Amino acid sequence: MAVEKPHAVPENFKPDVIAFACHYCAFAAADLAGIMRLTYPTGVKIIRMPCTGKLDHLYVLRAFENGIDGVFVAGCLEGQCHFREGNLNAAKRVKHIKTLLEQVGIDPERLAMYNLSAAQGPRWAEICTEFTERIRKLGPSPLRNKRQKA
Amino acid sequence: MKSGSNLERVIRSGKPAITAELGPPMSASPDDVIRKAKMLKGFCDAANITDCQTAVVRMSSIAAAAITHSQGLEPIMQMTCRDRNRIAMQADLLGAAALGIRNCLCIAGDHQKFGAAGKLKGHPGAKNVYDVDTIQLVGILKKMRDEGLQQGGDTIDAPPKFFIGASWTPFGDPMDFRPYNLKKKVDAGADFIQTQGVYDMDLFKTQMEKARNLGILDRTAILAGIIVPKSAAMLAYLDASVPGVTVPRQLIDRMNKAKETASGDKQKAKQLQEEEGIRITVELIHQALEIPGVKGVHIQAIEGEALIERITKEAGLYPRPEI
Amino acid sequence: MIVGKQKPISEIWDMIKDFKKIIVFGCNTCVAVCHAGGSKEAEILASLLRIKALQEGVDMTVESGACERQCEPEFIQQHLEALKAHDLVLSIGCGAGVNLLSAYTGNTPVFPGLNTEFYGAVQQAGHFIEVCGGCGNCILHLTGGICPIVRCSKSLLNGPCGGTNNGKCEINSEQDCAWCLIIERMKQLDKLEQLFAIQPPKDWSRGTYGGPREVIVEHIAADEKNSVGSTKERKS
Repeated sequence: MAVEKPHAVPENFKPDVIAFACHYCAFAAADLAGIMRLTYPTGVKIIRMPCTGKLDHLYVLRAFENGIDGVFVAGCLEGQCHFREGNLNAAKRVKHIKTLLEQVGIDPERLAMYNLSAAQGPRWAEICTEFTERIRKLGPSPLRNKRQKA
Repeated sequence: MKSGSNLERVIRSGKPAITAELGPPMSASPDDVIRKAKMLKGFCDAANITDCQTAVVRMSSIAAAAITHSQGLEPIMQMTCRDRNRIAMQADLLGAAALGIRNCLCIAGDHQKFGAAGKLKGHPGAKNVYDVDTIQLVGILKKMRDEGLQQGGDTIDAPPKFFIGASWTPFGDPMDFRPYNLKKKVDAGADFIQTQGVYDMDLFKTQMEKARNLGILDRTAILAGIIVPKSAAMLAYLDASVPGVTVPRQLIDRMNKAKETASGDKQKAKQLQEEEGIRITVELIHQALEIPGVKGVHIQAIEGEALIERITKEAGLYPRPEI
Repeated sequence: MIVGKQKPISEIWDMIKDFKKIIVFGCNTCVAVCHAGGSKEAEILASLLRIKALQEGVDMTVESGACERQCEPEFIQQHLEALKAHDLVLSIGCGAGVNLLSAYTGNTPVFPGLNTEFYGAVQQAGHFIEVCGGCGNCILHLTGGICPIVRCSKSLLNGPCGGTNNGKCEINSEQDCAWCLIIERMKQLDKLEQLFAIQPPKDWSRGTYGGPREVIVEHIAADEKNSVGSTKERKS
């Protein structure tokens, strides 16, 4: 049974995505992608964190409450976290948040965790493109037009 | 004489005692109990009437014991600590004695959550009691019988005369504590002990030796538990999954060999294994009876009350003594 | 500490869906330690319930708050005005908190968002085990500090039973047999012989089975009895 109530995907739907990126790897990779003039969907807005281990359930939930279509968390490659285990803790948290989203009727596929290194500019662009496409297929968030100020 | 029960008299006579098991039905009809009692009568000295085994509701041990008694087979009533508090226990004991029941086995009882062994629904949500434990229950029976007093101190006009039993798992964890655990049961007043099924007689001998050194064996009658094997699979299962039961490899091998002789014929394989099982049972009985301190055997044939006649005869223990 | 677990969201939703102005109220003592009912968890639950309300098209506001301890009037006092301004308080404190809040929130009902589970201790971060039965008659000096009332599935005082399976309890192979633990510990303390003595039947009347309990510390309690449920308003 689908998590979300079925709804039509508008033709020119442009997904709004927030990316929580860690300073040491993911954000650096995003910078590199910029320097390399790589293109990727403009709907991805980046929020820099010192480490994905800083990720709080509420960052993700508030984003969805405010109508965001998708959220991804990007951190260092596993085993290479600048703060040792931050990305591992973040992965566990993301897994938990997915179960919570499902319980309130939001498809857990709208949330994802990725790992990459600072040198992987092209990978950053790929992630943004891949994730945006996933969200485009899922359609706008069920809360998109119902959002109220948290 | 503590109770005057048949079991007590046989044990006192020095002859090896035999007890068997009668499982009450999930039914309000006495027919099944009567049928099973008739099968066992004359082939054992007394029969355990199980008490909601695996925490599944069946006719109560007291009621089934009273029916068994009326059929001329001596029952050993069982009382678990799971379902009754000390008030209900003592009331039931007075009632049981009034109905002519003379033996009572005190056991902790399978926890209701574990119950039904996964095959039936049972009542996993029931609130269990465990007001007193087995050793305390043995003490309660002894106080009622020998002092004519209830656990709380009130008097009993006509004390119930029970032959008091408890169980023992000689190979349970931690194994080195089990002889002390047995001593506590005997100190509390256990007149007879039925052990969990024993297949490894050498290991049993060492535990019995430790029991002797604690001065227990002359104060209580140990009846070695013998579980009748039906198949190699059953022995393997008992060894792997039932706490406190270890099965020597060579016994499983014997059963497997019997199975193989059937060359794929399922009916025949079943039959040959059952035959081998009876042979093994008789051997185990003889081996157990040779161990100093063992005063008899407790034969468990799961849903196999019909086998007891054959086993008793083939073990050379028929007819049962009339004392 | 008291360990609890939040109720599933579907169960909470069924309880609260007909209310309009809800506050999710946490407690920052025991239930915060077990990550179930602290101020953070209250915020998270409030957000989830707002999302659920949006999805269901239900017109409802859900706010969040918390106090140090919901089981003490001094700590809830300052929040009462705010709590009473809502038509439902969804407490994610333990049952003690829900009970006490209910005595002070007047016409605003207090519902439990948490299932209070047990008195426990932290085994390691995120892992809590039940260790105390609150029986009112502690014998931990006789069992090496391991409680047989709750850690043994059958509450045996003269254990072990015959169901011990490789040191684990027969009803749960993940659970250590308490009596194996006790025997090991008493060996370590060189006190094994204490376990040879027979423990008599327990006086359960000193625990829950004797009826609801109370403790009054005479040299502290005010002369006039200020018990929970009193209709007297506390003067701040």
